[in-house]
Amino acid sequence: MIARIALALTLLALCGGRALAEEPLAVTRIAPGVFVHHGEIALMNEANRGSIANIGFVVGDDAVAVIDTGGSLFVGRALLAAVRRVTPLPVRFVINTHMHPDHVFGNAAFRGTSDGGGNPTLVGHRQLPEALATRGQHYIAANRDALGPYAEGLEIVLPDRTVADTMRVDLGNRTLLIRAWPTAHTNNDLTVLDEATATLFAGDLLFMDHLPAIDGSLIGWLAIHDTLAAVPAERVVPGHGPSSAPWPEALAPQRAYLAGLAAALRPLIRRGLPMAEAVATVPPPEDWSLVEEFHRRNVTAAFAELEWE
Amino acid sequence: MQRLPILAATAMVLALASPPAFADGAWDDIRWSLYGDDAIAEDGLVTLEAPYRAEDAALVPMTIRADLPEGDDRTVTELVLVIDENPAPIAATFTFGPKAKVSEISTRVRVNAYTHVHAVATLSDGSRHVAEQFVKASGGCSAPATKDPEATMATLGNMKFRRFDTPAGADGPMNRVEGQLMIRHPNNSGLQMDQITRLYVPAWFVQNVTVTQGDDLILAMEGGISISEDPSFRFDYLPSGEPIRAEVVDTKGEAFSAQWPSGAS
Repeated sequence: MIARIALALTLLALCGGRALAEEPLAVTRIAPGVFVHHGEIALMNEANRGSIANIGFVVGDDAVAVIDTGGSLFVGRALLAAVRRVTPLPVRFVINTHMHPDHVFGNAAFRGTSDGGGNPTLVGHRQLPEALATRGQHYIAANRDALGPYAEGLEIVLPDRTVADTMRVDLGNRTLLIRAWPTAHTNNDLTVLDEATATLFAGDLLFMDHLPAIDGSLIGWLAIHDTLAAVPAERVVPGHGPSSAPWPEALAPQRAYLAGLAAALRPLIRRGLPMAEAVATVPPPEDWSLVEEFHRRNVTAAFAELEWE
Repeated sequence: MQRLPILAATAMVLALASPPAFADGAWDDIRWSLYGDDAIAEDGLVTLEAPYRAEDAALVPMTIRADLPEGDDRTVTELVLVIDENPAPIAATFTFGPKAKVSEISTRVRVNAYTHVHAVATLSDGSRHVAEQFVKASGGCSAPATKDPEATMATLGNMKFRRFDTPAGADGPMNRVEGQLMIRHPNNSGLQMDQITRLYVPAWFVQNVTVTQGDDLILAMEGGISISEDPSFRFDYLPSGEPIRAEVVDTKGEAFSAQWPSGAS
């Protein structure tokens, strides 16, 4: 069955007009039934087509759940092709871990991929609809130039179901535990735990390699680290970084960076150092990528937040 | 009019010296509407600190300083901050009470496009002085307003005042201290579109701020959407020992006020 589908896809790819769009994303099977595509550690651009976040899917006996859909419609389609290479089962759930473009811009690619050509249930945090409504326009405009031709078809697709606390979805002898978190990386972060394999999709609550980016609350993010660490998972899929990492050890470098920011800024704020000087004073960290793009911006955001303590 | 050729020539010289496409067309119009024919000296008496490249276009720190020499007993009566290419270029107008002797003010602004920024100081003798900088940033006014709308609403109107005593031996004449007023407010620009309704999230921002000590005015601010979320103003002043009071009014007519002892830190 799978061989026939692969053949069909290959023929389509060779003969079809949009060959590039249907080439399946490379995914790694990190656990039985759990597949992850490693996003490039970079900003969105034409070369990577917006594929800069880790996205993946879980296959149950009856259905598939997709977790994040990538930074363009093209990446979403390529992820779908990767799903179809593995299984013909309906995609009943698409889960967005949070609002950022690199995780949600591929949502529209999954229309019609559920039972009988219906749409999967799109699941997000309780605060995701408002976040996408108010930011969607800005996200599309901000990334249009960077993506070039891969900005085609960009649309904001809102969730059908939202999670305020926890929600379980059943893929057929396989449950996923979806959990909503208080404001941390953003004000709409979700994690997804595949209970069968103890695999935690952390979304951007965990960054590895790629410097963590604060777009919610530094204090809130630090405050949940212990609870996150207590999630009973053996391995984690970070939003950026390796496709799979041991849990909870994977949290340590991020915790050190975020705690280090707070520890560096608090005495400077107490001393009355103005924002511009503090941003110049807090040294950039080592052993992270994209420091130039994100560190001073993080310091600026953290300063404005910590000033209120 | 005799003045026009001089202005035109100046504009051309500045245009050649500045990055392209930012010839002072915007500034000339704004300057004219604010000050008409008045002479504005570019004599270094007022300085403007702004980052050449902003880290966050919605949160750009800027400082305006009037460097009056020792023995010069003029005071600053007004400071205006203009972000030339912003949709609402006049970011803020500050007026000062004569007893407070404010000579410096810092705030954080939104910058919507690569732009010149101007600070104009008016002194107690009526003279006007200007400083100019160039800032690379874009999208500050249309960027998403707040990271956490629920938290914003829960803390709306909360204020904090911090006082920083200048260290002994510093060059602050007459024992000025520094104060910083912080106000929780989304300062919605009105330029952010709601994807679903296709309507703009309505503008809703802090319009007037008054800071007094006892019965004496320290500063009053009239501001607009170029001031960042959670408006913050840091300034030097001569403390009188009286309690500090802040009164804030926003565009919905909501009023907030708070008071702190003179030595608040």
